[in-house]
Amino acid sequence: MKVKMWGVRGSIASPGPKTVRYGGNTTCIEVRSDDDSLIILDAGTGIFPLAQTLLARLPVTANIFITHTHWDHIQGLPFFVPLYIPGNKVRIHGAYDIVSMQGIQQVMDVQMQYSYFPIREAELKAGIEYETLTVGQPVSIGDATVTPVLMNHPVTDLGYRVESNGKAMFFTGDHEPWLNIYKPEDSEYADYQGMMDLRQAELQAAIGKVDLLVCDSAYTMAEYPPKIGWGHGTFDHAFAMAQQVGAKRLVCTHHEPTRSDDDLEKVFAEALSRHPGLPFEVMLAREGLEIEL
Amino acid sequence: MSQLTPELERKLMTAVERMPAFPKSVQSILEMTRNINCLPKDLVGVIEKDPVMTMKILRVINSAYYGLPSKIASVGQSVVYLGINTIKNLALSFAAVGILPRFSTTGFDIQRYLLHSLTVAAVARILCEKYARAELDPTDCYIAGLLHDFGKVVFAQFMSVEFMKALASAADFEKPLYLAEQEHIGADHAYVGALLAKRWQFADSLVECIRDHHKEDVEPTAMGDCLRMADIICRKHAFGDAGNPWREEELTRIPARFGDDFEAIVAKVGSLEKIVEDAQSFAQIGTERAA
Repeated sequence: MKVKMWGVRGSIASPGPKTVRYGGNTTCIEVRSDDDSLIILDAGTGIFPLAQTLLARLPVTANIFITHTHWDHIQGLPFFVPLYIPGNKVRIHGAYDIVSMQGIQQVMDVQMQYSYFPIREAELKAGIEYETLTVGQPVSIGDATVTPVLMNHPVTDLGYRVESNGKAMFFTGDHEPWLNIYKPEDSEYADYQGMMDLRQAELQAAIGKVDLLVCDSAYTMAEYPPKIGWGHGTFDHAFAMAQQVGAKRLVCTHHEPTRSDDDLEKVFAEALSRHPGLPFEVMLAREGLEIEL
Repeated sequence: MSQLTPELERKLMTAVERMPAFPKSVQSILEMTRNINCLPKDLVGVIEKDPVMTMKILRVINSAYYGLPSKIASVGQSVVYLGINTIKNLALSFAAVGILPRFSTTGFDIQRYLLHSLTVAAVARILCEKYARAELDPTDCYIAGLLHDFGKVVFAQFMSVEFMKALASAADFEKPLYLAEQEHIGADHAYVGALLAKRWQFADSLVECIRDHHKEDVEPTAMGDCLRMADIICRKHAFGDAGNPWREEELTRIPARFGDDFEAIVAKVGSLEKIVEDAQSFAQIGTERAA
């Protein structure tokens, strides 16, 4: 199985001289299983350069898994060029949105409205299918299986475990560890803590043992307090999760859009210095990073 | 026992999904959510006092899409799974439906219904803490208390003519409302409440507790016992009767686990003043006490 990062930035695309080394595109990860099945995790702006590479070998069969429908994870979708070419097959998977009570098909409906995009969904020429996923139900893609796992974010967010021939990777999408909404002096505190601990244990069991963990690490510990509840984690949270699930390798992603390459390296080094001897390999996500499992 | 046609059952299910919530929670949710920094625990505190919002949230979280390993039985637990922002937006969508009128065309007073549900819920939770802590989570008893009479609001909203006859018949002939409902509607509120809870995949224990709360010949359960005892305490003290006036012979229905000294049980539960005050404030009944 091969994993390639095409977009590693959080919130908004951030091109420019200060983000050249790590890249300014928003979330998109290409996964190729051993039989070359194409699995794309998220359709941020990084899916556009990925799409260019696919055009050399038509027809394209692509399975796109959307972690959640915030713009930085879907905005590249209307620019996924294979959608416009007859003969291609694109299957888009994602969560049911309980507030709008719609399945993942709304990801295109919403973006391709007349006022916001010149082409209507009906005008796309590829064979497009939508699959609204059930948490915990694996989907088979060639010789790989993809299992959606419910994460913690201000909208339903599915992390994906991708497994192929004994190798496995997990992508969290956007995720913040659970926080107790009560104060220790509140009578509800202990009960809520118990539920959170249970939830954390369920998450770890669902992620299982992985060769690679790609984890939301948007903030530093110092930046985090005013951003509690925004749905993102810190480098320290990512280290903890990698340790909890026994990951062999950790890739920290969803870089802050205002963070320059130099600053990113600086804050990453600072976080690492507080965690000497981590029992796994750890690195920053960058556009073009390829990992073979 | 039900004489409801499958067609009517289906219609009730759909109607309940569009059911408005209670005035105080709608108003509070709209006010609180204007502030981006509103406290999650305050939001939960409002939602879990509204039977309609609670029903709707449990329906969503227990739906097949989440394939959760166990049933979710409280608003707090729903927040752990869905996150507070999703719960907030769900609550807003429920609030947008509108508010239940105080009196439906049946004359059924939903504020008194709410007072009854809230006090029974709170007392059931205390009873569970004192008498059945080892057997189940007190929050489960709270939810059972909050939702046990949900079928009545459904009748008041969607089967008003038949429900009005049942209310009148219960009052005129001094018989329990659920028997009058069976006679005039073909099913009682316990059956309809349980039907919804089952269709929405709530925990079996909760479904059974709602279904059996007027039955004499069922196997006792901790949840059922706490609910029944809480109902007796609240109606004896006239904290809302939800259309089913207190009858002295009900004291003979005290579940065995509590012993037979009613006053001793009440003493063990402790002062209900704060519970009643909170419930009255939320039900917008002011200082009026339901007779």
